[in-house]
Amino acid sequence: MAEFWAGVGEDFYQSFVEADRWKRYLDGLRVSFIVTLGALAIGIVLGILVAVVRTMHDQQKIGKVSGGLKILNVICEIYTTVIRGTPMMVQLLIMGFVIFASSRNLVGTAILALGINSGAYVSEIIRSGIMSIDPGQMEAGRSLGMGYTTVMKDIIIPQAVKNILPALGNELITLFKDTSLVTVIGLTDLTKVALQIQAKTYQAFMPLIGIALMYLVVVMILTWLLGILERRMRKSDRR
Amino acid sequence: MTDAKALIRVEHLVKKFGENTVLNDISDHISEGEKVVIIGPSGSGKSTFLRCLNLLEIPTSGKIIFDGTDITSEKTDINQMRQQMGMVFQHFNLFPNKTVRKNITLAPVRTGRMNQEEANAEAEKLLDRVGLLDKADAYPSSLSGGQKQRIAIVRALAMHPKVMLFDEPTSALDPEMVGEVLNVMKELADDGMTMAVVTHEMGFAREVADRVMFVADGIIMEQGTPDDIFNHPKSGRLQEFLSKVL
Repeated sequence: MAEFWAGVGEDFYQSFVEADRWKRYLDGLRVSFIVTLGALAIGIVLGILVAVVRTMHDQQKIGKVSGGLKILNVICEIYTTVIRGTPMMVQLLIMGFVIFASSRNLVGTAILALGINSGAYVSEIIRSGIMSIDPGQMEAGRSLGMGYTTVMKDIIIPQAVKNILPALGNELITLFKDTSLVTVIGLTDLTKVALQIQAKTYQAFMPLIGIALMYLVVVMILTWLLGILERRMRKSDRR
Repeated sequence: MTDAKALIRVEHLVKKFGENTVLNDISDHISEGEKVVIIGPSGSGKSTFLRCLNLLEIPTSGKIIFDGTDITSEKTDINQMRQQMGMVFQHFNLFPNKTVRKNITLAPVRTGRMNQEEANAEAEKLLDRVGLLDKADAYPSSLSGGQKQRIAIVRALAMHPKVMLFDEPTSALDPEMVGEVLNVMKELADDGMTMAVVTHEMGFAREVADRVMFVADGIIMEQGTPDDIFNHPKSGRLQEFLSKVL
């Protein structure tokens, strides 16, 4: 028994302490965070754009849709269909080894790939949020002589975002966990660090369980923070 | 039809929803300063008629001419036109994510009519007039229905519209709050505002209207002074309608 525990201790030492390896996990975690944040920013911007184009298109009266909007809507539909219809992993591989094969900026590539992926899902979330707002809000805004985009920006989107915050929070968490896939394009994220250390020490258990716990803790913290944000936003409703 | 003072002229207005013809070739006009009250059974098209006047509903055919401009024309900047036509809705449609002050000042500021200070001053002046100055920093969710509707009227007035359209402004209110909203509307009428009001408040129609329009089956079936309509109704439909609501 003592031998077993000594073995565990040794594994732990090799996986985390020896040669200051714990610092490499932190570096990996930092890369995962950067990719998450970058992808989130791209995802939300893309998501809002696509959602607005698609609702704008759907809200026009039949036969009154302008040609430009029709084309934009088709592009947006193709985008969401392709992105949601192909695996994240394959998209990453295409980004890394086909489109940006010659680029050394792996972080940039990863952010772009994940951001474009996330945008497709975020757009559907935002679209559902926009559709959940009473049409009377748009009518009231337009009846005052404000343009469609002004009403969207000042009235509809802020209310929609409040409604969809839980779903957006889920997307953030999914996005963070999906960063482990960027390993396949050679970026040294948290997962890659574990694999590298495993290759050095021939120990799989400690590094992999270790990063699983790290992902878990981060997700739990994010969930907690989102809960606080949600409660705070709801409070402003009851003033 | 060529009355020079006509603020809104409606020419051969037709509105269909799919196969269903809601408005069937309506032509009429509303003169400057005139108070027109539109009554009729539910589903008769009276709200649709009102909503066509500021193009919240796009007419299937026909023309709406506002202050000399054909607003149904593709070339007309509809936002520009709507800035001169206030509208009050049955369900208030205040912006719940904005304070009362912001609700009122948003459109004047965003459309470039006033800067924020001017709009704030205007909002306070109007709020004071309807007795709700103390609610300027409240959110709509904390207000009663009657208060919300008075704020909605103020919001429309802040744009200095040439005409006010009311779409059943008291239908969603508790009975004890109807009076406060009607009082604001009466004051507005006394100030000479041009008004088109869809309502079930026959007392208001009698008291305020210059002209009462009875809309049924998608046409203006009968119209005239309140005395004509309420005391000497001609058509059977109107007599039947009045016997139910009075």
